[in-house]
Amino acid sequence: MKVVVQAQDFDAGAEMRALQRDPKVGAVASFVGVVREVPMTLEHYPGMTERALHKIVEEARARWQVMDCTVIHRTGALKPTDQIVLVAVASAHRGDAFAACEFIMDYLKTQAPFWKKEAAGWVEARAADDQAAERWAAHEVESKNRLG
Amino acid sequence: MKLKVLYFAALREQLGTSGEDIELPSGIATVAALRSHLIARGGAWQSALAEARLVRAAVNQDMAKPSAAIKAGDEVAFFPPVTGG
Repeated sequence: MKVVVQAQDFDAGAEMRALQRDPKVGAVASFVGVVREVPMTLEHYPGMTERALHKIVEEARARWQVMDCTVIHRTGALKPTDQIVLVAVASAHRGDAFAACEFIMDYLKTQAPFWKKEAAGWVEARAADDQAAERWAAHEVESKNRLG
Repeated sequence: MKLKVLYFAALREQLGTSGEDIELPSGIATVAALRSHLIARGGAWQSALAEARLVRAAVNQDMAKPSAAIKAGDEVAFFPPVTGG
């Protein structure tokens, strides 16, 4: 499991290939977030950021079969078309890889201490992001009810 | 008791500081009580921290609810809802 917070860009292809080395891996799902339309600066809480990302990855591992995972999030000044974040998950099968990747991204949006600032000011949190994260909590309750 | 308080993003700018070591009077034992203590300073402290919807907190680098306990030596952070990703 690799969690990195850095200013420099990343090579998503190389990161995904690095997750394919284990012959038991049958699927690598990934998400790349990109700066849209306007330049921004990303601030974070050094220490807590890495800790929060690791916790999110561990939560994903508890829910799905995750063989390996890479999360890279950039900070500092970024311009439109720049990559912001990579989440890549390796699993034996696509279902676990897709779900874990989306889960990590949804939780990152609401639990990892990053803040975007544009020329117009600080970006406000979106209720849709909270709802996206909350549906995984409901999902967990439903799964437990079905099993129970 | 003494603890460290950190401020990030819009709160850091509004308050004009990224953090402070603070000596708290006895009886302040939760995140919510600490926030009220800071709001009581008035001015920018009141305007930046008063609206609960816009303030989140962490205790020792874990997200924390207003009811979370705080103790001497803790690192408490206040910040706006996060917007990464």
